Amino acid sequence: MSPQDPPVVSVRDLAKHYPLRSWWGGKGSVFRAVEGVSFDIRPGETLGLVGESGSGKSTIGRAVTMLNPPTSGTIAFEGTDLATLSAGAMRRMRARMQTVFQDPYAALNPRMSAGDYVAEAFVLHRREMRGPERREAVAALFQRVGLDPRFMGRYPHQFSGGQRQRICIARAIALKPSFIVADEPIAALDVSIQAQVVNLLQDLQDEMGLSYLFISHDLRMVRYLCHRVAVLWRGRIVEMAEADVLYADPRHPYTRRLLAAVPLPDPAAERARLAARDIGRHDQPPDGPLTEVAPGHWVAMPRIEAA
Amino acid sequence: MTKPLLDVRDLAVAFDTDGGAVHAVNGVSYTLREGETLGIVGESGSGKSVHVLAMLGLIPRPPGRITGGQVLFEGRDLLALKERELQKIRGGAIGFVFQDPMSSLNPGMTVAAQIVEPLRIHLGLDARGARARAKDLLDLVRIPNAAARLDQYPHEFSGGQRQRVMIAIGLSCRPKLLIADEATTALDVTVQAEIVALVQELKRELGMAIIWITHDLGVVAGISDTVQVMYAGRILERGPVDDIFADPRNAYTLGLLRSLPDLSGSRAGRRRLHQIEGAPPDMRHLPPGDPFAPRNAFATPRCRAEMPPLSQAHGAAPGHLVAAWYDLPKLLAAEAVR
Amino acid sequence: MSTGTPIAETTALAAPAGSPALLQEPGTLSAFWRRLRARPSAVAGLVIVGLLILMAVFAPWIAPYDPTATDWGNVRGAPSLAHPFGGDEVGRDVLARIIYGARASLGAGLVSVALAVSLGLPLGLLAGYAGGWIDGAISRLTDALLAIPFLILAIALAAFLGPSLVNAMIAIGLSATSTFIRLTRAQVRAVAAEEFVEAARALGNPPWRIAIRHILPNIVPAILVQATLTIAAAIIAEASLSFLGLGQQPPEPSWGAMLNTAKNFMDQAPWMAIWPGLSIFLAVLAFNLFGDGLRDALDPRQRT
Repeated sequence: MSPQDPPVVSVRDLAKHYPLRSWWGGKGSVFRAVEGVSFDIRPGETLGLVGESGSGKSTIGRAVTMLNPPTSGTIAFEGTDLATLSAGAMRRMRARMQTVFQDPYAALNPRMSAGDYVAEAFVLHRREMRGPERREAVAALFQRVGLDPRFMGRYPHQFSGGQRQRICIARAIALKPSFIVADEPIAALDVSIQAQVVNLLQDLQDEMGLSYLFISHDLRMVRYLCHRVAVLWRGRIVEMAEADVLYADPRHPYTRRLLAAVPLPDPAAERARLAARDIGRHDQPPDGPLTEVAPGHWVAMPRIEAA
Repeated sequence: MTKPLLDVRDLAVAFDTDGGAVHAVNGVSYTLREGETLGIVGESGSGKSVHVLAMLGLIPRPPGRITGGQVLFEGRDLLALKERELQKIRGGAIGFVFQDPMSSLNPGMTVAAQIVEPLRIHLGLDARGARARAKDLLDLVRIPNAAARLDQYPHEFSGGQRQRVMIAIGLSCRPKLLIADEATTALDVTVQAEIVALVQELKRELGMAIIWITHDLGVVAGISDTVQVMYAGRILERGPVDDIFADPRNAYTLGLLRSLPDLSGSRAGRRRLHQIEGAPPDMRHLPPGDPFAPRNAFATPRCRAEMPPLSQAHGAAPGHLVAAWYDLPKLLAAEAVR
Repeated sequence: MSTGTPIAETTALAAPAGSPALLQEPGTLSAFWRRLRARPSAVAGLVIVGLLILMAVFAPWIAPYDPTATDWGNVRGAPSLAHPFGGDEVGRDVLARIIYGARASLGAGLVSVALAVSLGLPLGLLAGYAGGWIDGAISRLTDALLAIPFLILAIALAAFLGPSLVNAMIAIGLSATSTFIRLTRAQVRAVAAEEFVEAARALGNPPWRIAIRHILPNIVPAILVQATLTIAAAIIAEASLSFLGLGQQPPEPSWGAMLNTAKNFMDQAPWMAIWPGLSIFLAVLAFNLFGDGLRDALDPRQRT
């Protein structure tokens, strides 16, 4: 990974609007779920997308993969503008870009065996593969994500949450994609299982040079896992920087508030944090254009200060 | 030491399913003093929520069964009480707040109606008195403009405000014990911070005891006097909060603390996340000994055969109890030498 | 890291709430059998259904007489050792006619429901998954079908094509189609909102494959339950049509047609009415018991 490599994903001025019906059924205003979002993800890089519920982070994840195409803006994936692709070409493109969903209980088809679920990637995109060859490839994927290949015939309800997420990951990497959107991949998992899945994601990145868009509300895990982090507030990026820089030197008031809210697993420090907190303050974060305050560190500056 | 407010003795709960009995709680014993805040940490299936629901008579029976034990609250065994008497305690001397503020509130009733109800039942207030107290309660949980908001419906409140309303209802009858079950899990982190700070302040003002159930070690660190770690329906470790975090004696507690991301230094130099191998046990077929033994690198043959009792940890602070046959500090020291 | 045993991470209380459309827990047939066997009424229903089907299939070997052969010595004959169920108005053996009549009744039930499912399932799938104007068109068609009274449709068909068992089956099947369109459509819409359908799209599944491979298997249980219950209704419908002379034509036996002739001899030969009446009752009850048990076994949560 180096800054000179062309980005895998390049998002420019992404917007997603939903029409709001007025009460008489006529055309009303629009709800701007996402507005003016731009970012690049370089090969082998993990970009973290953090924000609270309603900030638009999942909307962006689904727009980037065209599962829920944006209202406006461009998404260039490996140099191709995804909006120009036909439905069939887009489906073929999905071999290169995958998604790992939040809830491994919901993301698996309850009536498909784990092996069939993973094999579907080959059935769709490697049609020349024969049955035995496919079986072998699936078994290798099971092994790779830490599942016993003997479980290929089992159904989702026979697996634990962590195992299910491994099945989803096996399917996502089956076609050796270059980019994976991980939409809250550990939020539904138990604490003791989260580390297993994060380590797996990281190993796969090292091995395959994957790029991730890691969507999460877990600010500690984001800091640990991500190279760069973008902070979303009401559908806009308010700050974006290298993870270490962002956490050490947050510039935007919302970023500060968000980071200050993270509980610390250290009794003395956490008690001090709670005691110092000034609760009930709802700053209206300033909302201006993104400005590069330091190399690679972008902040939505208050208009008044920017002027 | 003051007398215990709550004394749980050997509580056991099972659920009958098509696939056999699920042993959700397997002999849980502990005491809670007046004014004490107990943080209970555990994963899904640890029994942390089920055991509290069971003592309040809130598990569906069947399929649920309380298979043993006593729960003494101010000296009275809650498990032996008739449903009518239990109802008086629930929402009265024991208030509770659950995870999902949306589904815990009735969407078709105004907030006032839902706060007033327990006040009239438990405190016997008249309509006017109950309404005045409801307004005071919304003030107490810092909902601005309380008098006007009383007549609004739950959907007119934000998620955080709804949880404040739930806390107001939980506190409405001046409980001696407030039980919060994953009360901030569904909330955004900034809202969680506000709710936790609010509960801290209310505790200082009102002095009730709190049982705070969560999977988040960070939240527990800040608000607890005592921490109790549960796994597979058992207490594996329990002690003063600072001691548990600084000197964990059970391998599961240690694993949980170690699996938190290391955020020191720069990203490049950081170690890989520590991971606890394996998955929680099948609660229908629990291993014979320590339920964590199959995932525990430190486990001895005895751990696999026999459940260790919860007893004072050697050389640890008084009241720091652990269920372990092994001596964790010794093993860690040996590991460090290697 | 994987352990050899399936893991129950959730207690009974924390069981993940799924959509009612998904008849879980799916998977192993043995688990399904265990749940079905736990319901004695369902097992009884299944056994009776099985026996009735065997009776219909092996009628030529079981029946003591030719069901259309007349015997002047047995006209309205009371039950006897030679004719345990008695004889009808032209001396045919009632037992033989009951046994052969099962072919008409069960056949009508199965064929008409098969017709209804084979029309209703694809249309419902299309309406539920495609949405838009296709959904609108199919839904209006369903409303129109529901607006035609079943008997009028049957009488019209009989008028155009002549009364016969086949035409009765067609009339019954067409009438039941709207039920299956509606059920399928509702189920598809519920399943289509599940995350695994989005996951299927994310992998690059074309729409037809999502419908067939991902949605269809998840709605089959609900269709199966409805089909079983509809068979019971179809058996009654066939009996009604035959009773009115719009179904099975003489001299071929059908329980409904037998009741039709029996009504003229109620005081002289009540056995002519009792046996076909009991047969209809038993068959309908069996299918209903089995259908209810099936629903419980396939979806334990749907119990009230």
